[in-house]
Amino acid sequence: MSGTKFTEDHEWISVDGDVGTVGISDYAQEQLGDVVFVELPEVGRQLEKGGEAAVVESVKAASEIYAPASGEVTEINDSLEDAPATVNQSPFGDGWFFKIKLSDPDELDALMDEAAYKSFVEGLE
Amino acid sequence: MAGNAKQTHSGHRGLDMDEPLIFEQDAPGRTGVDLAEPPAVQDRLGGLARRGPVGLPGLSEPQVVRHFARLSRMNYAIDTGLYPLGSCTMKHNPRLNEKVARLPGLGDLHPMQPEETVQGAFELIDTLAHWIKTLTGMPAVAMSPAAGAHGELCGLMCIRAAHEAKGNPRARVLVPESAHGTNPATAAMCGYTVDAIPADDRGRVDLAAFEAKLGDDVAGVMLTNPNTCGLFENDIVKVADRIHEIGGYFYADGANFNAIVGRVRPGDLGIDAMHLNLHKTFSTPHGGGGPGSGPVVLSEALAPYAPVPFVVHGPDGFRLAEHAGGDAAKTFGRMKGFHGQMGMFIRALSYMLSHGSDGLRQVAEDAVLNANYVLARLQDVMSPAYPGPCMHEVLFDDHFLKDTGVSTLDFAKAMIDEGYHPMTVYFPLIVHGAMLVEPTETESKDSVDRFIDSLRYLAEKAKSGDTAFFEQAPELTPRRRLDETRAARSPVLRWQPPPAADAAE
Repeated sequence: MSGTKFTEDHEWISVDGDVGTVGISDYAQEQLGDVVFVELPEVGRQLEKGGEAAVVESVKAASEIYAPASGEVTEINDSLEDAPATVNQSPFGDGWFFKIKLSDPDELDALMDEAAYKSFVEGLE
Repeated sequence: MAGNAKQTHSGHRGLDMDEPLIFEQDAPGRTGVDLAEPPAVQDRLGGLARRGPVGLPGLSEPQVVRHFARLSRMNYAIDTGLYPLGSCTMKHNPRLNEKVARLPGLGDLHPMQPEETVQGAFELIDTLAHWIKTLTGMPAVAMSPAAGAHGELCGLMCIRAAHEAKGNPRARVLVPESAHGTNPATAAMCGYTVDAIPADDRGRVDLAAFEAKLGDDVAGVMLTNPNTCGLFENDIVKVADRIHEIGGYFYADGANFNAIVGRVRPGDLGIDAMHLNLHKTFSTPHGGGGPGSGPVVLSEALAPYAPVPFVVHGPDGFRLAEHAGGDAAKTFGRMKGFHGQMGMFIRALSYMLSHGSDGLRQVAEDAVLNANYVLARLQDVMSPAYPGPCMHEVLFDDHFLKDTGVSTLDFAKAMIDEGYHPMTVYFPLIVHGAMLVEPTETESKDSVDRFIDSLRYLAEKAKSGDTAFFEQAPELTPRRRLDETRAARSPVLRWQPPPAADAAE
């Protein structure tokens, strides 16, 4: 998780080259409760940092997932359609949402690293 | 299973009858009436005669009666007990309203009758409109919207029409996080980008954040007041002034108007449009009991764009403006068949006239008093989300359950065993583990006290560490705790015949 960055809205992004993989944090999945539906963006869609990218619905609420950085969607995790529980079981692994080709990697500098996110979450308790 | 969940041979629990689906009770060939065998006739169906079973269950009349009577006993309704759902206003429906709605001259009306035969109905709509305009302090009202969210749509379409008349519909609508969820949905449906305004730590609109988002592309703001946290938006006049300064319009969601009727006229606060939920504020049936109705009051700036039809006071009585042109030169058009929910208009006006203006004011005062009484008697054992006083509903968070192992959902389920419909839970979203309670003015002090005593008992029980008590709840219901996750992930939406029956055909 060392290269992973976090947003204040509890998304994470892990970068490999110029492609970032996006998901939601363990804290987010725990707060949401059992995830029952995930709506993903279309491949090819241009996302803007902070703009709506996906929707995750749990037994408690439907929440928007915002793009942690700008870029084009290159791949989505289709398996979540039939197995939304993966988001609860493996938020940092198989429960990833989508991948984007970053248009401005410098945007990531403003995000929190794991340690900063951890203390951010502790501040919310 | 809980220790006291006694198993019975029949599946019934005493006089609580277990009841299978009506399709599971099918006895092929059984009917309510016996018909004589029809005489032999020449087949003129040309090969279109039915070949398989029609797929409806065969039952006798007493079976059907018992089926629905038993299902109705599983219902919880405002007619059977206190219904504390917040953000819903489950108030008593006076029977007088029902009697008036059934008067032959009103009950037998048809929307296509000639105008000269329904002058009384027009007068009723016009009188109700007069009361609504007077109570809200607004110059105009569109009566036709069929429900609250439909009213929002009407208001936003007026705002859009007003901007378009000036040559630019604009792009953004500002919606606070403390607004009702239908507000952003309405703005999006009208083609606007929704820009959320955060709440501050008082559970109200963050005025500085609101001001920072203003710009000449902002079409308007949608604000629920009192808001979904049950709090009055103290900065509402400033919100109105700022939005008008940039040429935008102010939509107020009047769903919680029942808290301020007779005390505050939204027109004095500078709003441009606001819908009223007649079922929440003026006691028309609610929640499957009847259609909604969402008249929208409009400012002078928006009134010209109101939808048709509307009642016009003519020199020779009343008539309807049904088409664009004339009285409706700038109307955005028609959004509903016929003239609005007449049955609800009758009940709402009956409620207004039977209470009078002083009575309506007392309704609002008693609703607020009851909610604050709940707050005062529970704040030592539960955790209010924001300091009081509140308006017509009181919001708790799950702080008092912290480290007990009991969740808001468990707490709500345990209320069912206590004989209460749970309050609204996990809404509004900005409060953790929210529990929103609206007792309404129609509950007596005795009734509210008994409800509070049950909540105190449950709160103490949770703090005592008895998590098993909550995990098993509800125990005393026809069905135990349902698997909501599985129901959402793999819903079974219709009954399917058992496979064995298919194979036998």
